[in-house]
Amino acid sequence: MADTVTAATGESKEDDKSRRDFLIVATSTVGAVGTGLAIWPFIDTMNPAADTLALSSTEIDISPIEVGQSITVVWRGKPVFIRHRSQAEIDESQAVAIADLIDPETDDQRVQKAEWLIMVGVCTHLGCIPLGQKSGEPKGEYGGWFCPCHGSHYDTSGRIRKGPAPLNLVVPGYEFLDDSTVKIG
Amino acid sequence: MASKFMENPVIKWVEYRLPIFSFIDHSVGSGYPTPRNLNYWWNFGSLAGVALVIMIASGIVLAMSYTAHVDYAFESVERIMRDVNYGWLIRYIHMNGGSMFFIVVYIHLFRGMYYGSYKAPREIVWIMGVLILLAMMATAFMGYVLPWGQMSFWGATVITNLFSAIPLVGDAIVTWLWGGFSVDNPTLNRFYAFHYLLPFVIFALVFIHLWALHVHRSNNPLGVEAKAPEDSIPFHPYYTMKDLFGMGVFMIIFMGFVFYAPNFFGEPDNYIKANPLVTPPHIVPEWYFLPFYAILRAFTADFFMYWPISWLMSAKLAGVIAMFASILLLLVLPWLDRSKVRSAKFRPIYKQFFWIFFLDCLVLGYIGAKPAEGSFIIIGQLATFYYFFHLIILIPLIGILERPRPIPESISAAVTK
Ligand code: HEM
Ligand code: FES
Repeated sequence: MADTVTAATGESKEDDKSRRDFLIVATSTVGAVGTGLAIWPFIDTMNPAADTLALSSTEIDISPIEVGQSITVVWRGKPVFIRHRSQAEIDESQAVAIADLIDPETDDQRVQKAEWLIMVGVCTHLGCIPLGQKSGEPKGEYGGWFCPCHGSHYDTSGRIRKGPAPLNLVVPGYEFLDDSTVKIG
Repeated sequence: MASKFMENPVIKWVEYRLPIFSFIDHSVGSGYPTPRNLNYWWNFGSLAGVALVIMIASGIVLAMSYTAHVDYAFESVERIMRDVNYGWLIRYIHMNGGSMFFIVVYIHLFRGMYYGSYKAPREIVWIMGVLILLAMMATAFMGYVLPWGQMSFWGATVITNLFSAIPLVGDAIVTWLWGGFSVDNPTLNRFYAFHYLLPFVIFALVFIHLWALHVHRSNNPLGVEAKAPEDSIPFHPYYTMKDLFGMGVFMIIFMGFVFYAPNFFGEPDNYIKANPLVTPPHIVPEWYFLPFYAILRAFTADFFMYWPISWLMSAKLAGVIAMFASILLLLVLPWLDRSKVRSAKFRPIYKQFFWIFFLDCLVLGYIGAKPAEGSFIIIGQLATFYYFFHLIILIPLIGILERPRPIPESISAAVTK
C-alpha cells in the first residue's frame, strides 16, 4: 500500500485513474469468464453420462411377429413399437393426402419396408404411451394408436391426425441386419 | 421482555456477545407490537411455518430408510410402511403434511388478496411469498416422484415433457433434466438431491419473508396501519397463545387424516410400481396442482385465447407459458391493483369479484381432475379465461373505478367504539 501511495504522488491523478479502470475491467472480465467456465461442468454433469449413452442400440428378432401384430421393445428406457402391418393398413397409410396432415410426411418417408412400421411409442404431446398395441385396446379414430392422456389420435403410419400432439410418432434410426433381425439405434 | 430474565448473568453474558434474546423478543415476543384486531385468518402464516418444520423433520427421518434407485425406491417405501418402526406413521405424516402445507399456504395467500396485504409497503413480503410457493411446488413435485409408483413416474414424465415445447432447445433441455432419454435412475437421483435441498431454500426464503414483514409489521383486517400504541398489543403472550391454539386445531385436522384417512389425498395408482411401458388410463397430478394443470390443458388449437397467438407458437407452448404465467402474474399484483385501500371490507365491488375469483380457482381445480373431454374442456377454457381476466383486466379496472367506503381513522377507533 505504501508503494502505491508514493507511486501515485509521482504521477498525475488521471493516469492513476485510467490504470485502475483498466485493472477493474480486466480483472472483472477474467473473473466473469472464469465463473462462466466453472459453471459449465456443473450444468453438463446433468446431461446423460457415457454409460447411459452407450446403451443406445438394441437388436430384435422380428420373425415371430405375425401380420397384424405389434410388439413393444425397450430402447433407451422408452418403448419402441414394431408393427407388422397388413396390406390394408399400408394402402390406407399411402392413400392419405399430405395436405390433410398436421405434420406432413408420406408413409414412404416413415418406413424402410412397407410391412414393418417401427417407431418410438411415446406420444409427442407430453410423453404418455399411446394405446393400440394390443388387440383389445382403442386405436383411435384413424385406426392406429390413441393416447388417452389428452386424446391424441395417430393413424396406421403413426402420424398425428387429431388432438394436442404436434408431431408424428418419432421414427428412430434402425437397420435390418437380415430378414428377421432389426437393430434399433 | 421481562426484565428479570434479561438480568440473569448468563443471559446478559450471551446477550452482550450475541443479542439473540432481544432478537427473539422483537420478532415474536412482547417487544413486537402487533395489530390488536387480527382475526383467525392471520393464524395461517404461523401454521405454514409449523407445516414446514413438520415436513423437514419427517423428511429427514424418512431419508434414513429410503433408497433412491429405480430398483429399490418403491420397495424401500413399502419397507418403510411395513417393517420400519413407525415408518407408516412418519410416511403418512409426510404425505398428508404436504397437502396440509398447501391448504394452509393457499388460505394464507387468499387472505393476503382479500385484505390487500400485498400493497405498499409490503410488496417484498408478498413477492417472497410467491417465491416460496414456487419452491414448494418444485419440492412437492419432486417428492412425489420419490416413491416411484405409477403416478410418480408418469407425473414426472408429463411435467418434464412440458419443457419440450420450448422452441429449438426444448428436447435438449428435457434430456438434460432427465440425464438420459427417459425418466429413469439419473432422474430419480437428482430429484432426490433437489427434494432434500429445496426445503432448506424455502426456510431461507421464509426468513427473508419475515424479515421484510417485521419492518412494517402485519397488515390487519381493516387494512389501516397501526399508528398509536393503543392500536397494537404485544405479540407475546397474545398471539403466541392464539397461534398455539390455531396449531392445536390444525393438528387435530392433520392427524385426523393421518390416522383415519391417510390416503384421502393420494392416488391408488401410486401403490403400483412404476412401469415405463404402461401409462395409467387417467393421469392426475396432486390436488394442489390441479388448477394449474387445468390452465395448461385449456390451451388447445381451438381455444379462443390461443387464436391471437396461434401464428407465433404451438398450443402446447402457449399452455405451458400460461401455466407459469398464472403464478408469475401474482408477483406483479401489487402494481396491477391501483386501489390505495387495502381491505376488501371497504371495497364493495372488489369484495364480490374476489369471491368470484376464488370460485373460479375452485372450478379450475375441479376441471383439472376431470378427463379433458366434452363440456369439461369448455368450462376449463372459460375458467382459464376468467382467471387471467380477473388479474389483468378486472383488478386494475376496479382499482380505478370503484368508490371505496370510508375507512376508519385508526384501528383502535374502529374496534373500541
Ligand atoms: C417443503 C417441504 C417438503 C414437501 C412439500 C415435501 C413433499 C413430499 C411429497 C409430496 C412426497 C411424496 C409422498 C408420497 O406420496 O409418498 C415426499 C416424499 C419424500 N420426501 Fe419430502 N417434502 C418436503 C421436505 C422433505 C425433506 C426436508 C426431506 C428430507 C430431508 C424429504 C424427504 C422425502 C423422502 C425420503 C420421500 C420419499 C418417501 C415417501 O415417498 O414417503 N422431504 N415429499
Ligand atoms: S401425452 Fe398423449 S395426448 Fe398428451
